[in-house]
Order: sequence, then C-alpha cells, then structure tokens
Amino acid sequence: MSTLLEPLELAFFRNGMIVATLAGALCAMVGVYVVLRGMSYIGHGLSHAIFGGAVISFVAKVNFTIGAAAWGFLSALAINRVARRRSIGADAAIGVITTASFAIGIAIISRASSLRRNFDAALFGNVLGVGPGDIVVVAAVLTVATAMVFVLYRPLLFITFDPEVAEASGVRTGAVDAMFSLVLAATIVATMNVLGVLLIAAALVIPPVVARMLTNSFRRMLWLSIAIGAAGGLIGMYLSYFVDMASGPAIVIVESAAFVVVYALSGMRGGRILPAGAVD
Amino acid sequence: MSDLIRLENVTCSYGGEPVLSHVDLTVHAGAFVGVVGPSGSGKSTLLKAITGSVKPVAGRILRPGGPVTVGYVPQVETVNWYFPVTVLEVVLMAATGRRLPWPSIAERRLAHDTLERLGLDAYASRHIRELSGGQQQRVFIARALFARPQLLLLDEPTSGVDVHTRHDVMHLLHDLHHDGLAILLTTHDLNGVAAHLPELVCLNREVVATGAPGDVLRPDVLERTYGAPMEVLSHGGMPVVVESVPPDELHGKPGHHEHSA
Repeated sequence: MSTLLEPLELAFFRNGMIVATLAGALCAMVGVYVVLRGMSYIGHGLSHAIFGGAVISFVAKVNFTIGAAAWGFLSALAINRVARRRSIGADAAIGVITTASFAIGIAIISRASSLRRNFDAALFGNVLGVGPGDIVVVAAVLTVATAMVFVLYRPLLFITFDPEVAEASGVRTGAVDAMFSLVLAATIVATMNVLGVLLIAAALVIPPVVARMLTNSFRRMLWLSIAIGAAGGLIGMYLSYFVDMASGPAIVIVESAAFVVVYALSGMRGGRILPAGAVD
Repeated sequence: MSDLIRLENVTCSYGGEPVLSHVDLTVHAGAFVGVVGPSGSGKSTLLKAITGSVKPVAGRILRPGGPVTVGYVPQVETVNWYFPVTVLEVVLMAATGRRLPWPSIAERRLAHDTLERLGLDAYASRHIRELSGGQQQRVFIARALFARPQLLLLDEPTSGVDVHTRHDVMHLLHDLHHDGLAILLTTHDLNGVAAHLPELVCLNREVVATGAPGDVLRPDVLERTYGAPMEVLSHGGMPVVVESVPPDELHGKPGHHEHSA
C-alpha cells in the first residue's frame, strides 16, 4: 500500500494523476457518441486539425485554448457540412479538412524552429508538466460535457441511433449536432496537453469499444466507458511512474490491454461477456 | 372524411433535378394508401416532405384540420443492428418531451402498453438484434405509435423480409387501420402488398395515377409509372402484375401484351 502512496507525495504526480483520470473519463464519455456514430476517425483527425489552430493562435498571439477550440469547432462544422455531399462522404471530408489544418500548423512550425519546443507537449502530451490551471480546464470541460449528456441525453441518443427519424420526430438535429461538435472540440483542446494529439484518438475510441463488448445497453455502455477511461488514466499514471515511461503512451497501453483482455474473453463467450439478462 | 394532409403542387429537390414534381395528393383521416413506383421515383422523399424533414422548393403542404401527429417508420435496412439498445430503449426514443435522461413512470407505462399492443412486451429488455425480422419491424412501428399519431408513414415496411413476416406486418397494419389510424406506406411489392390496399398512388417523380388497385394496376398506368411494359392478370378478382419481361423483348423485339382481366 505504501508503494502505491509513494508517488502521491510528489505534487506534479498528484496533479498528473488527477488530470489523467479526468481526461480519461472525459474522452471516454464523448467517445461513446463518436464511436456509435461511426466517426472514430474524427477524433484522430480533429486533434490534428486543432493542432493547426493551436499553432495559428500562438503565432497570432490569441489565447491558445480559445483559439484552438474555435478552430476545432469550425473544423467539426466544416466536416459535417462537406460530409453532406454524397459524392464526398464523411471519411473523405475528415481527411481533407483535418490534414489541411494539420499541414498549416506544421508549415508554420517549420518556418520558426523556436516554436517547435512549445508544441512538443501538444503533439506527445506531458501529463507531469500540468499545473492546477490545466486541472481546472479539464474539470470545466468535463462538467460541461456531463451537463450536455444529461440535458441532451434523449435527443443525442435518438440522433446517434437514427438521425433521419429523430429529425422527422421534431428533434433539432442541427442544434444538437453543433453542441456536440463544440464539446468534442473542447474535449480535444483540453486534453491535448495531457494525452497529446497523437494519442487522443485512442482515448476517445478504446474505452467505448471495450464497454460495447461488455453490454448491449446504451446507458450501461456510457457508464462502463467512463469508468474504463478514468481507470485507464489512473492506472496508466502509476504504470508510467513505476516503469519510467511517458504518461500518454502508458495510459493508452493500459486501455489497449483492457481491450485485448475483453476481446479475448468475449470471443470465448460468443461476442459478449455479460449474460443476455444483464441488459437493462 | 376530413383531410389530414394535403399536398398542393409540391416540388422537392436535393439541389439538382426535382425528385418530386408538381405533386398533388390528399391523405384523409382513416386512409390506407400505398405509394408505388420505381427506385428513385421520389417515394421516400414524399414521406420526408410530409414529416417536414425535406422542405418543398415549390408548392405547399397543408394540414386543413390543424396540426397532425405523424409517426414515421424508416426502412429497417438502414438500422444499425449492432447499436447497443434494447427494445424498450428504442420505443422510449420517441419520448422527446422530457429533459431528464431517465423515463418517467408514465412514459415507461406507455412504452410497455405500446409493446403489449404489438405483442412485444415480453421482449422489452432484449437487444434489437435478438428479435426476428417481423418483431424488429414491429419495434419500429411501436416507436412510431408511442406518440399516438394520427398518421403513420412507413418506408418500405416489407422490403427484404420473407413471406411470413410480410403477412405478419400487413396484418398488423390492417389492425391499426381498423382502429382508425391513417396509414401511408411505400412499397415495391405490387402483388404482395399494393394489390391488398384500398388505395394506391403510382409515383414517378409526379403522380401518374391514384385510385383503387383495380383501377390503377393496369398495363398503361404501370408502363407510364415504371417505364417498362407489364402484364396484369386477374386471380380471384385481384389484379396480379407480371413484372418479368418476355424473352422476345429482352432480345429487342418489343411486343404488346395486354392480357389484363
């Protein structure tokens, strides 16, 4: 027990553990909708797009968080807009818009080598470098995202499952989608310094996929995903401390291990671990 | 009989050529109407125009008796059967009036009552993929019925199902119609579905003909609707459409086969 408490004596580890747990839960909650909409690639793409926005905000001397979030929100709206053209499709729209934005960021960095060090944390994550301000930002976005899921639970579920009928039933699909895009962009911006652009997609996708293999109920999947994401952040931090490895990859490795275990066990039981009666 | 919905000169487009052109159509209270036509003829767009999810670029859609509650059942081929929802959760999606995530006691009771009416209450906690084809279709009809609609719209309700399931669904729809519900459905199945409905609309971007099956299932109307010759026979007083093209026509020797009875 004392071994587990040992790293908590370090202030930077405590901060990192709190923010990693919150970020894991946040990404896992938003990720449920991302995965069920068949937009898993958007987490990967949008984090790259937001990286471009972050670089531009830095160069333009605009507040990093606001600039990057605004850029991410506009990118998400642009993806939704372009994806409506049947000749293009969602995957291609994500590919075009996000890689273009990422390329802009890299191009600006390559022009000024002094910028490179500032964005290493955004690319690869630096949990141990976070301060109380980062914890507040992640906690605030987690609060907003939780409020959105609570208030918009029904329309979000309806739109995610059946957007056509939801719209026909009077659900304001455009407004709900815009709200979701805003929260997704804010999630990626808030967790960028913690997990890194390159690993955010994993934190968005792996916990919901593991949760999906465990249950056939949406509500249960949401809770399980949040629990798996938070536990992944917490255990990943301990792993990074005791094995002496970077925190972002450690978190993703823990979540990936959970995926492998659940996948193997669910395969042995015909695709799902919980019995049929376990659904709500 | 009072008019529920009246389309006047309605034209709909997705940005290019009109998908529906100058459509005039009235749906009465208690009507049971089938819309037939080839793929791309605007059948699904007609339903979406009535629900309001597609806005006409010209013409207008009137509700002469005031607001009409509409239930919409999409094509089941579009459903993601691996989505983590139970039968009860699907039905409760239609309960859009409450802000709290969990259903009220009244909503839960209404959902169970609706499932009971459709013989599905025993499956309420099952995942939707664990049901048979007919039961799956009933789940989505239950969701549409949850809001107690005056008009039920169904897009290809018997598409891709076996004969038994088709009979099951059609019996259910006849029962609902008998209880006073107005029903408008689209179908490709001229003999198994359309011929058994009291009223048909032949659609090919514009309304080609409307009336009873015996009046509209005629070779000339079907040729104008589908752009291909069809024969119509009679079996027990019911029209039977022969959709196969004679071999000589496949080889470029068109012939006229009017064996309608």
